[in-house]
Amino acid sequence: MDFDDPALLKKPIKEIEEKWKLVPAFLKVKGLVKQHIDSFNYFINVDIKKIVEANNKLVCDADPLFYVKYTNVYVGRPDVDEGFNISKPTTPHECRLRDMTYSAPISVDIEYTRGTQRVSKAGLMIGRMPIMLRSSNCVLTNKSEYELAKMNECPLDPGGYFVVKGQEKVILIQEQLSKNRMIVEESKFGVQCAVTSSTHEKKSRTNVVCKANKYYLGHNSLTDLVPVSIIFKALDVTSDKEICELIGVEDISKLTPTLEECHTLKIYTQLGALKHIGSKLVAKRYVTSASKMKTPVDEARDVLATTVLAHVPVENYNFRMKAIYLGVMVKRVIEAQSDKKFMDDKDYYGNKRLELAGSLLSLMFEDVFKRFNWELKSIAEKTIPKIRATQFDVVKYMRSDLITNCLVYAISTGNWTIKRFRMERLGVTQVLSRLSYISALGMMTRVNSQFEKTRKVSGPRSLQPSQWGMLCPSDTPEGEACGLVKNLALMTHITTDVDEYPLIRLANNAGVVDINMSSGMSIHSPETFFVFLNGNILGTIRNYKKLIHTFRMLRRSGLISGYVSIYPNFLHRCIYISSDGGRLCRPYIIVERGRPLVTQNHIIELEKGIRSFEDFLHDGLIEFLDVNEENDSFIACYEKDITDLTTHLEIATFTLLGVCAGLVPYPHHNQSPRNTYQCAMGKQAMGTIGYNQKNRMDTLLYSLVYPQAPMVKTKSIELTNFDKLPAGQNATIAVMSYSGYDIEDALIINKASIDRGFGRCLVYKNSKCVMKRYANQTFDRIQGPLIDTTTNAPMWKHAVLDMDGIVAPGESVDNKQVLVNKSVPTVSAVPGSQTTSVEYKDTPICYRNNEPSYIEKVLVSTNEEDTTIIKILLRQTRRPEIGDKFSSRHGQKGVVGLVVEQEDMPFNEYGICPDIIMNPHGYPSRMTVGKLIELLAGKAGLVEGKFHYGTAFGGSKVNDVCEELAKHGFNYQGKDFFYSGITGEPLEAYIYSGPVYYQKLKHMVQDKIHARGRGPRAVLTRQPTEGRSRDGGLRLGEMERDCLIGYGASMMLIERLMVSSDQCEVDVCNLCGRLGYCGWCNSCKSSREVSSITMPYACKLLLTELQAMNITARLTLNHYCE
Amino acid sequence: MDNILNDEKPRVILGEYKVTQNLPSEPTVLDEKWDLKTFKKRFRVVIVRSEENELEFDLIGIHPFLANTFRRLMLSDVPTMAIEKVHILNNTSIIQDEVLAHRLGLIPLKADPRLFEMKTDPTAEGTEQDTLEFALKIKCTNNKDSSKDSLRAEDMYKNNNVYSKHIKWVPIGKQKERFSDVGPIHPDILIAKMRPGHELDLKLLAVKSNGRDHAKFSPVATAFYRLLPDIKLLREVEGEAAERLQKCFSPGVISIRHEKGRKYAVVANARYDTGSRNVFRYEDLKDAVAMTKIQDHFIFTVESVGALPPDVIFMEAVKILKDKCLALLDELSHV
Repeated sequence: MDFDDPALLKKPIKEIEEKWKLVPAFLKVKGLVKQHIDSFNYFINVDIKKIVEANNKLVCDADPLFYVKYTNVYVGRPDVDEGFNISKPTTPHECRLRDMTYSAPISVDIEYTRGTQRVSKAGLMIGRMPIMLRSSNCVLTNKSEYELAKMNECPLDPGGYFVVKGQEKVILIQEQLSKNRMIVEESKFGVQCAVTSSTHEKKSRTNVVCKANKYYLGHNSLTDLVPVSIIFKALDVTSDKEICELIGVEDISKLTPTLEECHTLKIYTQLGALKHIGSKLVAKRYVTSASKMKTPVDEARDVLATTVLAHVPVENYNFRMKAIYLGVMVKRVIEAQSDKKFMDDKDYYGNKRLELAGSLLSLMFEDVFKRFNWELKSIAEKTIPKIRATQFDVVKYMRSDLITNCLVYAISTGNWTIKRFRMERLGVTQVLSRLSYISALGMMTRVNSQFEKTRKVSGPRSLQPSQWGMLCPSDTPEGEACGLVKNLALMTHITTDVDEYPLIRLANNAGVVDINMSSGMSIHSPETFFVFLNGNILGTIRNYKKLIHTFRMLRRSGLISGYVSIYPNFLHRCIYISSDGGRLCRPYIIVERGRPLVTQNHIIELEKGIRSFEDFLHDGLIEFLDVNEENDSFIACYEKDITDLTTHLEIATFTLLGVCAGLVPYPHHNQSPRNTYQCAMGKQAMGTIGYNQKNRMDTLLYSLVYPQAPMVKTKSIELTNFDKLPAGQNATIAVMSYSGYDIEDALIINKASIDRGFGRCLVYKNSKCVMKRYANQTFDRIQGPLIDTTTNAPMWKHAVLDMDGIVAPGESVDNKQVLVNKSVPTVSAVPGSQTTSVEYKDTPICYRNNEPSYIEKVLVSTNEEDTTIIKILLRQTRRPEIGDKFSSRHGQKGVVGLVVEQEDMPFNEYGICPDIIMNPHGYPSRMTVGKLIELLAGKAGLVEGKFHYGTAFGGSKVNDVCEELAKHGFNYQGKDFFYSGITGEPLEAYIYSGPVYYQKLKHMVQDKIHARGRGPRAVLTRQPTEGRSRDGGLRLGEMERDCLIGYGASMMLIERLMVSSDQCEVDVCNLCGRLGYCGWCNSCKSSREVSSITMPYACKLLLTELQAMNITARLTLNHYCE
Repeated sequence: MDNILNDEKPRVILGEYKVTQNLPSEPTVLDEKWDLKTFKKRFRVVIVRSEENELEFDLIGIHPFLANTFRRLMLSDVPTMAIEKVHILNNTSIIQDEVLAHRLGLIPLKADPRLFEMKTDPTAEGTEQDTLEFALKIKCTNNKDSSKDSLRAEDMYKNNNVYSKHIKWVPIGKQKERFSDVGPIHPDILIAKMRPGHELDLKLLAVKSNGRDHAKFSPVATAFYRLLPDIKLLREVEGEAAERLQKCFSPGVISIRHEKGRKYAVVANARYDTGSRNVFRYEDLKDAVAMTKIQDHFIFTVESVGALPPDVIFMEAVKILKDKCLALLDELSHV
């Protein structure tokens, strides 16, 4: 075929059918949470070795012969310690149940000196690493469904989280500004160019700012701004001409004030410049003996070499690279001053990097490993000089709990403190929400931003066009975290680090001129392009097109990693090559000469299973593009949009949404906030959590008795397996008004539907108890039930206890009944006293809830510390009642307003009466057209006996659906003729009715209902307690009080605020005005003038508290009538 | 058009967007005061279709309130027997006790509720007159004599599915002599799924109650009526349009007559029209048809669950109405 024939090019491209099948193929390889797992795998297999290698030698000042060298490090398979140094392999589920940490030993091979001997030791455990589920070291990876079932694990569970102390913890994806890149932005001094350098050793921030026409460099190790000319001179670029060359701006007059600064300060040499900088250094906090030796000049040189622009390498104090880099920074500032288009957009997603579990853990591990070595060193320094019988053996001092505890603490609390970098982050980890399968999945794709939530900035919160396809445009919370917490789209992949060295070689071979080889004049010449690799200047090139082409060709042929991106920036006249980790990317079909490379045959091969997604990558049919390269490409959404400029084709349009938004049928017909609301609500819907939900013992678990897969599916639903673990039911709804109990989105529910199991749910809660052992050989004990001597039956509180003192499974427990009859020894901290009789105090674990529960099961086990734990799982079955919250998949929530008998429900010609009646007022303002179409498609699916699809930007067409309805004798608009169930007469209007997928949300009245007449009071103030859990009173607040004041209902106020609250009789002495007691004034020593009044106890408390502070408050009493 | 529809019958007219009523040429049931004599004269019952558990019959010349009353009574006032209490002696299956009990309750039972009494005190021990007792005792085991190759649950295990046929009736007192065939109506209702080691040992107590109490006591799957459709062609529809018109209605409603090489549509039998109103999709056919429903002609469909034949259910409903009226009169006389 002749591709160059222009007529052929203009021919419309035939659509590749079932192209979307690449998405499941992609997910099969990558999985929904592959980014977490990839990142963790990279850490435990590659990064940890790098870290140990970088810190592999440990020497000590006390003994010059002494050293420890780590030769290898590896993370093993997860196991548990069974005592006596025996460990056995464990499963994540065992750890969940037994409140243990799912972790594997970190072992090292070392070489060290004992005395004068050199010893090698292999497989020494230095700590335990919590293992991410489904990572390369997890027992669950590459297991069949049967094997997973044997391990009590759900095959659909995505993994990617940790089990720490029995809790499932996710390390959220953290969004950050990319490191080692120049960002030109507006600051308080005007335009500035900032670089946050980050290497393994140092993290620092360097700014180039312009102040009063002079250019300065700012850095946190310098007390003051230093003119760039001085820095240049310190960097061994002493002549002004050379400085101008390196900055490379045409208008040199802009630089004169800066250059003049040198002359006024009389700095002409490198030494002079270093002296000047040395005087501006920030004083070091810890002065060590080594640093004292250094002169300010040496120190300044060191700072310039290692701290300022730390990521630019300096070898043997050859500062040329740094000088060129600084020159480029100054140039950027000058350019941006004259033209605003040179400013960078901080919110542009190409400037962002995502930090995942692997990189966060590696930071933490490196820190703790350094601390571990430092501790070993200080022990060695202390112990070696002592003269001892045995030789100093460092292995004996290697304790594994430092690293273990540090990692476990970090993951379990989410406090990421790394002192070296002065990094302190809170809430990095969160407990995996297991409300529903979707909420767990949604959590794994969540992206947390480092921005402050309180600041009222719109930039970082708003949807950036560069987020297209990478982040879900719908799924973000409402309120303070809006736009800061984001979710990944379905096909997003996050890169891990790729080795730079082959890329540098490749670039040099492709014609990049090494920057050290080129003269100052040539680097800024208008024909050359700078080549940057991960923020570092690699060199210059003239034929940049060839370079880009070579890189892309090699990437497509698989010779370099598929995640390396290369793109030109014509504004900066730079070529950027990135191979760093944390970039977002997604796959696209490559289009060449107006034709997609993926053909129908490829898809057929995929369907047959001959071809996998990786084959597509290998064959160069599909490639990954990161945000920056995506913006340098012409991407067509559909085949029909392909022009001769097009470079790539979208695989499937629905993948631009995330997991949660993927549940919504016909989202492209809805008003956008409605999809956002559904994303939040889908996480609260009850349903199935996983195939192993019956084996779990969570603190709170909701599940639906009869969950159903939705009638109207989407492709995302199938890809995320929501149809296998659904959370909702297909309710037949009628859109009409019924009684007055349906205002404000309330729903009317058919009682017969509830009787038959609609919306019935199970609520599981657990009760936990730990049996402690104490230092004095005493321990907590459990006793059997107390028997009432008269009836010979257990007393009521103990009625549900088994003979062992723990509740029996299957029993129904009422409020205040005892679950575990535990008692604690009263004296626990007296060592040595070997008294045989120990006093015990009863500390029973009681059931506290007004509704009874059943005991599902009881677990007795031990945890890692070998203490006995008892877990009791309680179960309630609830049928829907008035006030329970339901929601459709279109952000249309509502509470049950009325439960109606079946005979009162309207019915149609087929005898069908709806499960739910919804008020039509819910539609016009919400504009959820998707819901209307869902109903129609669902109804057609019922009569046809198939599922319809409501996939985003596709799905079954309304016309086809209507045709199907008409074919089966239904009204094509979905509106049926109904009869009133109450009068029996036909309704005047036709009723829009059919199935809509309804979710039962976790908010139920039973958990919230609260009222009280009288009840407990707080001890201090004698006012009613606060809150439902304490059976508190209902507060008459300030605003309500204002109303009563305004109305003048003073007696009412007295009744509410005093009589019904903390009324108190006090005696007041009319002589001294102080409070008396029992009709006696203690200061006047008389009872003559004491009278009794009522006042709020809080007032009396105030008076006495004032008295305690030596302030007397005197009351003067008058008769009310006078 | 109005003149055609405003005949002696009360009709509702199915418009494109709403339902309207006609103006009958003479007084109809709808506006008369109810009177036994005229009612007797006018009222007719026609049984159209009678199957084992389904009955279709017409009530003609009756006011909607009365027809609706019968429907409502059948749904929720005619009592039946259903399992109300489940004593769980052992349940090691994965299904929760409450859910199991709920499922058991919904199983229709073969027992004539007319032979039982309502239980007055729900806490009291059941007697011969008001309670039926069943037992469900089943254990799942490995099927030793199955072929090793089969991985189907049915082959590998015994009793892995618990069906309603496993429920055994335990007669109390003289119940064995009084009733012959008591038990679940359908033998193959799946109650639970089990695996080896799982066991159920339940005592089930069925009592008599009505659908208002719980839907499981309702004797009917559903009982409903619809008004008799009446379709009139206002003008002749020919050719392709006639075929289109035919497709707008349920099969058999419109037939096409061939006459002298000309095809035109005629109304054959409007009774089974589903009221889909799909004519309104076609601009040219909209005005050709008048769809109405006769307001005093009710086509009842009673789908029995199986405990009682549908005709008996209707008769019971009538009886209940009679009793209720008598009770009301009785109370009025005491005022």
